[in-house]
Amino acid sequence: MGFVSRGFRGKRRGEASSTRLPPGQYLVTDWPVLSAGPTPRVALDDWTFSIEGEIDEPRKWTWKEFNALPSEDVTKDIHCVTKWSKFDVEFKGVSLDTLLDGVDTAAEHATQISYGGYTTNLPLDDLMGNKAWIVYEANGEPLAPEHGGPARMVVPHLYFWKSAKWIRTLRLDKDDIPGFWETNGYHNYGDPWREQRYWGD
Amino acid sequence: MTTQIDEMRLDGNAIGGLLHEIFAVEMTNAVGTCAHCGAVNEVGRVHVYVHAPGTVVRCPDCEQVLMKIVRAKGRYWIEMTGTRLLEFAVP
Repeated sequence: MGFVSRGFRGKRRGEASSTRLPPGQYLVTDWPVLSAGPTPRVALDDWTFSIEGEIDEPRKWTWKEFNALPSEDVTKDIHCVTKWSKFDVEFKGVSLDTLLDGVDTAAEHATQISYGGYTTNLPLDDLMGNKAWIVYEANGEPLAPEHGGPARMVVPHLYFWKSAKWIRTLRLDKDDIPGFWETNGYHNYGDPWREQRYWGD
Repeated sequence: MTTQIDEMRLDGNAIGGLLHEIFAVEMTNAVGTCAHCGAVNEVGRVHVYVHAPGTVVRCPDCEQVLMKIVRAKGRYWIEMTGTRLLEFAVP
């Protein structure tokens, strides 16, 4: 018995790990901090998250209410447009499928709006179907302010600028409204596997 | 919401080279007017964040964005709606 070629299997494992890193990216083991402005410090008693815009009844949660929602533990690879990728980040938070459950909307787009004023846009479909979470823990610890705590968006299938730190509001939009970087040379969609970094990519 | 002094924040001298490349003149002693709050500051005094997808320049008085500069693919993308006026000497 035993017709398995170990050499062949080894080669396939090698291919598998190289296809885990999108084109043009390199792997890091730390977690670099990127910052386009001062770090907002939001007291948990003052924190709210809301869904507004093209929605008949806007939704809003306090910190206590948000933490009472069903949470999920997900382990994801993240890819920053500045070319670093980090594998296997353990996040805990609430799926957008839970937050958007039952929402009746004509919107096809969404804008994430942060404490501090940052914005980023994406198709509403990219937030649904087990693809996006608002997380409040990373690697077993409460999410640190420099990484977007108390809570940030995580949309791991897009470059990480599409995952707003310090998220405050999700606005549902009929029209596509480019955000902070999307108006300034960065790609409107940002798929790391198609290397959509800049306008024209 | 409160903010605290950020260790990632630099001052306008950090982009002296980049602005010289764009305007072809020494800019750190140029004077800019913030379109948000009207504050007038020397470029050397503004707040600068470079650990980001692009360079973000903010007003030291109100922290709103004065300029965003992205340099990639042999091009610049420069947004200046937050800067109402920029005054500097003809070289």
